[in-house]
Amino acid sequence: MNLREVQQLLDARLLTGEEYLNRQVGECFGSDLMSDVLAFTNRQTLLCTGLINLQVIRTADMADLCGVVVVRGKTPGEEIIKMAKENCLPVMTTDYTLFETCGLLFQAGLRGCSKKGVLL
Amino acid sequence: MSENKSLKMSYEVVGNDFERAGEASTKIKKMLQRLGVPADVVRRIAIGTYEAEMNAIIHAGGGNVVAETFSDITVITVSDRGPGIPDVDKALEEGYSTAPDYVRQMGFGAGMGLPNMVKCSDDFKIETAVGEGTIIVMRFQHVK
Repeated sequence: MNLREVQQLLDARLLTGEEYLNRQVGECFGSDLMSDVLAFTNRQTLLCTGLINLQVIRTADMADLCGVVVVRGKTPGEEIIKMAKENCLPVMTTDYTLFETCGLLFQAGLRGCSKKGVLL
Repeated sequence: MSENKSLKMSYEVVGNDFERAGEASTKIKKMLQRLGVPADVVRRIAIGTYEAEMNAIIHAGGGNVVAETFSDITVITVSDRGPGIPDVDKALEEGYSTAPDYVRQMGFGAGMGLPNMVKCSDDFKIETAVGEGTIIVMRFQHVK
């Protein structure tokens, strides 16, 4: 699945990163805890989060994530979008909750970052 | 020990400056990418450095982030003159954190920082003294 398909599936509004929507999504991780994003994700993971601050973008950049889906209809501020743009990181926002977002993505075939999850 | 030439980058980070927190790690990451260090190694270095940088900013009133990179290894040293860590073994346990609530609201302070530094690096050393500060040295092999 690529990010364009993610955007369509979640009926999400793209905030930055149109040019990267063909990027393939490796795995998916849902969390508001950036410490855990740093500890448990792999490269090309898609992050779904309800947290909107600069550290989300920093974290995504450090961990080589492929994109960020902001859930619960939140809209990050301009500074956050600017930093995402500078770091070639697509960011979109969806009205679905974190649970619903992860459920839809899982149903569409995306899997999580744990070794156990591969068996699902 | 590497005999080849090294490149050194040094950054000062300011305590509780969450606008700029992570800048040092970002610069180091970009430089390592330009130098052609393998992507998975750059990722490990970036995460370890960012965790240590955040710790210095959150707990120690700031500090210094230094990266020295050779063709086969990168060494990250993060030092501060903060309060030090009274119980290092405890701090290395997953889930143990002394971070204040406002840090947790930013998505940090889950007690994963030090364990994650250990996990990401090939060699991890920590020296700390209460009232004096903390020095963390992480070594990353470019090829295993």
